Order: sequence, then C-alpha cells, then structure tokens
Amino acid sequence: MMQIVAIIAGLLFALGGLLAVYRIVRGPSVLDRVIASDVLVATVICALGAEMALNRHTDNLPVLLVLALFAVLGSLSVARFLPGRDST
Amino acid sequence: MSDAVHDVLTAVLVLAGALMCFAAGVGLLRFPDVFSRIHASTKPQIFGLMAITTDVAVNNFNVGTVTLIVAIVLFQALTAPMAAHLVGRAAYGTEHLRPDLLIVDELAGRGAPGSPGAAFVRQPPPD
Repeated sequence: MMQIVAIIAGLLFALGGLLAVYRIVRGPSVLDRVIASDVLVATVICALGAEMALNRHTDNLPVLLVLALFAVLGSLSVARFLPGRDST
Repeated sequence: MSDAVHDVLTAVLVLAGALMCFAAGVGLLRFPDVFSRIHASTKPQIFGLMAITTDVAVNNFNVGTVTLIVAIVLFQALTAPMAAHLVGRAAYGTEHLRPDLLIVDELAGRGAPGSPGAAFVRQPPPD
C-alpha cells in the first residue's frame, strides 16, 4: 500500500512542479515567474519531506530548514527592485 | 500506535501535501492574474509543509525532530507571507493587475499624494 501511495504522491509532486515550470517559462510578467518559482521551491520542500515520511528517516530536515529560511530571498529581491511598469 | 493506523496516517498526510502542491500548479496554470496566482501559491507553502512535517514528526517522534520541525514551520510561516505581501504590493504598484477582476479596490485614487494608496505606488521618475 505504501508503494502505491508513494507513486501517487510522486506523480502529484511531478505534475505540480511541471506546471510551475510551465508558468516560469511562459509567465506573462516577471511577478508570475517569481510566484511560480516560490511554488517550485515549496514543491521541492514537500517532496523531500514526503520522502522522509515514507522512508522513516529524518536526514533531510536541515535541508528543509535552510530552504524555508532562504527561499524568500529571491522573490523578495525581485519584488523590491522591480522596475516600474514593465510590459514583459 | 498500531501499525495499520500508522500507515494510514502517513498515507493521508503525504497525499494531502502532494495534493496541495498539485493544486498550486493547477492554480498557477489556470488563474488569470498575479493576485489570484498568489492565492494559489501560498497553499503548499504553509498547509502542504505542515501536513508533510506532521507526518515526519509522527514517524519519528522525539525531541530533536519535533523541535526542528517547529522551527521549520515557524520560519516558513514568517517568510512566506512576507514574500507574498511584497509581491502583491509590487504587483499593485507596477499595475500587473486586472482591475475588472477586483471586487473592492481600497487603494483607488492612489495617484494623489497623501491618499491612502500613495505609499504603494512607485512614482514615475521625473523627466
């Protein structure tokens, strides 16, 4: 049963990550790309945590801590130093 | 805790987190403008992370794990709303929004100096 759960969860994580990558590639404005990269980081965090939960170890917890702390810096700097009224 | 209950709890929490990530991807794809995409993107950042880390804590219940997980959720809950707020403010200031989708625009009349929305708008550089 846990293998079926792992396969379903992996498919959902992969689809979510792929949709976020699609929005990064296409995204009409730079803010859409920033939001999509945040979603990509959150997907990576959740996937690492799900791997820990399914395999019953805690090796990735420091990675999760660092990602939770520093994932904000990219979107923060882009949102802060965004040039006004770009049309890209 | 018995083994079957343990497995079911693990499966439910992992699937909840995975479903949140997938829903955020679909929301990014389907929603029309920046604000609604922010709404979609903040779900896996908090709820998905809480589900997954609760799962890890259930599987390895000791002091070190729970402390680290509380720190992870705390830092994510501090930084994710800050990023979303800044992106939303930048979206309003640089007009990356669709005014026809807004129900209430409390910052309307923002161009006038001294109005409530004046701080949110980046003034064009003087020529």
